[in-house]
Amino acid sequence: MSEQAPQREITNMTPYLSAAIEDEVPGPPLSSSSGSIGDKIYGAITFLASLTIFVIIIWIASSLGWQSLPVFKQFGFSYITGSVWDDGQKQFGILPYIFGTLYSSFIALLIAVPISLGTAIFLSEMAPPWIRTPVTFLVELLAAIPSVVYGLWGIFVLLPFLRQYVMEPIGASPLGKFPLFSGFTAGPSMLAAGVILAIMILPFITAVSRDILRAIPRAQREASYGLGSTKWEAISQVVLPFARSGIIGAVILGLGRAFGETMAVTMVIGNQSPQTPSGVSFSLFEPGYTMSSALANKFTEASAGLNTAALVGIGFILFFVAIIVNILARTLVYYTARDVQGGK
Amino acid sequence: MNANAIKLAAIAAFGLVGASAANAQTIQGAGATFPAPLYQRWAQEFGRETNIRVNYQAIGSGGGIKNITARAVDFGASDGPMNPTELASAPGVLHIPMVAGAVAVAYNVPGVPQGIKLTGPVVADIYLGKITTWNDPQITGLNPGVNFPNARIVPCFRADSSGTTAIFTNYLAKVSASFQGGPGEGKSIRWPVGFGGKGNDGVSALLRQNRGAIGYVEVAYANKNKLTYAHIKNAKGNFIEPSLESATAAAEGAKLPSDFRAFITNSMAPQAYPITGFTWILIYPDAKPEVKKFLTWALTTGQKSAPALEYAPLPEAVRTRALKAIGQ
Repeated sequence: MSEQAPQREITNMTPYLSAAIEDEVPGPPLSSSSGSIGDKIYGAITFLASLTIFVIIIWIASSLGWQSLPVFKQFGFSYITGSVWDDGQKQFGILPYIFGTLYSSFIALLIAVPISLGTAIFLSEMAPPWIRTPVTFLVELLAAIPSVVYGLWGIFVLLPFLRQYVMEPIGASPLGKFPLFSGFTAGPSMLAAGVILAIMILPFITAVSRDILRAIPRAQREASYGLGSTKWEAISQVVLPFARSGIIGAVILGLGRAFGETMAVTMVIGNQSPQTPSGVSFSLFEPGYTMSSALANKFTEASAGLNTAALVGIGFILFFVAIIVNILARTLVYYTARDVQGGK
Repeated sequence: MNANAIKLAAIAAFGLVGASAANAQTIQGAGATFPAPLYQRWAQEFGRETNIRVNYQAIGSGGGIKNITARAVDFGASDGPMNPTELASAPGVLHIPMVAGAVAVAYNVPGVPQGIKLTGPVVADIYLGKITTWNDPQITGLNPGVNFPNARIVPCFRADSSGTTAIFTNYLAKVSASFQGGPGEGKSIRWPVGFGGKGNDGVSALLRQNRGAIGYVEVAYANKNKLTYAHIKNAKGNFIEPSLESATAAAEGAKLPSDFRAFITNSMAPQAYPITGFTWILIYPDAKPEVKKFLTWALTTGQKSAPALEYAPLPEAVRTRALKAIGQ
């Protein structure tokens, strides 16, 4: 009797645990009676639906590529590496815009990821319900604010605040000598764009990360506590590694939104390429320009021909930058997910 | 079921007939946003008088040019004249001036009152980054008695391409050789210094937010937003405040080519405000009679409703010539 009891426990636990870890949706039974016509129609409809997305993406990419062909023919690779955009001189280089998009999104992630993760962990692991419900509601509210409202708030509240309490004190201190903080502290800047983007992507990363943390099986936490770990150990060594790939997915979702965000960024970034020969400046206080802002600003009045082709080209490159970043992220998710599975 | 289908078909057919009947009396226009409030007011008044419906969409000057070139609309509208390349693809298109507007040089300098005096070359040097502080002798020299702070000048410009920028840079290029040779003129140029705002709203937000800012906006917009703006020295040496009267005066004093396709900046009239431009309607000579009727009405009766909406009416001489061009 005394020997059997622990043994039974183990045999009962193991399938439960492994089922929880390999959280896979069971596929259709192999030997089903798939002769019915309803199944076939249903299959065809879902297949067509999935095909639609594929067709739309190919359609967008090919028409963007086709319409921007003249500018690639004329400028070749210097369209991407050039630093000067001058409608009058018919000179089109978009490096400052590509850089602006990547750099402002990077700043946004740097600010938003720690805050979002902290919020998500607090909400899912520690907060008592009377805090959890209103905070969750507020986070979701933040996601529902239209971006033009963020832009207006950025102009009238964030810019003066940053200028008075961040940019001017840093500019006046010895830190102002660093290239990172060089430039005239007027307000519209890469920093302002990064901060407004961070605020905008915060709810997305927080909400998705929280859902992922909550989806982690209770047994994982209980097993960890059962082994005598503290709350902090359970979160940092069991819960977070388990959720890692999902959290990276959440960050990528936020990054995608930061890439495409137009209105709010246009209103606070200053819309002026850095005045360096390369058109690239890492200074947080200098104004900048992103790809989507350039499109928004220049498209309505663009004259037909090369000018329009150059603008469509920005859309095409933005499409590609997004695809490349997505592929990198997928790879990252794939490898981290494999680590977790390997470590079980 | 059957009766319903017949009813539906009848309704649809009736609807189609109704739509095509209305079509004969509707004219479509598209283009510049700056004159849109006036054109929409005109459409209302003209519609009441004549039963011809005018449908104007404010999609931007570039869009107006594209649409009239493709003959997708009955008339286009633009704040800047079409360039030679655009003209080549729309042979025979006519530029009809409708009203004039002044571009104010607005600023936000604490302690400095409305109406300081500036000259074109000084404004050009500010936008070239050559004059960088408000107490520069070139500014204080023009304004004895005004106490300028030692504040940095923050030049602000339109980030989106616009007719306002075209008028402003055309003037700067006329009065400053280094501006002409450097950034040049156009609806959207490469500014060597400063910050870009999207639209008149964007520039005026930058102006209000930044001590030491200087920017250019339509004078109607500057008045609405209570911005302080400068008096600019004109070609005759007088410092002139931007207003409806000084904009009309500028149109009077400008030498206009036969196709009206010219900027009227730096006008020679003694009371002219130098940074002034027309806004044009673009039509083909074979336009529908309804379109010509509308434009004729706009250049006569319609001019009376312009000042109330802060647009400067055309001077008599220009109106006569424009009417003649429509009549051809």
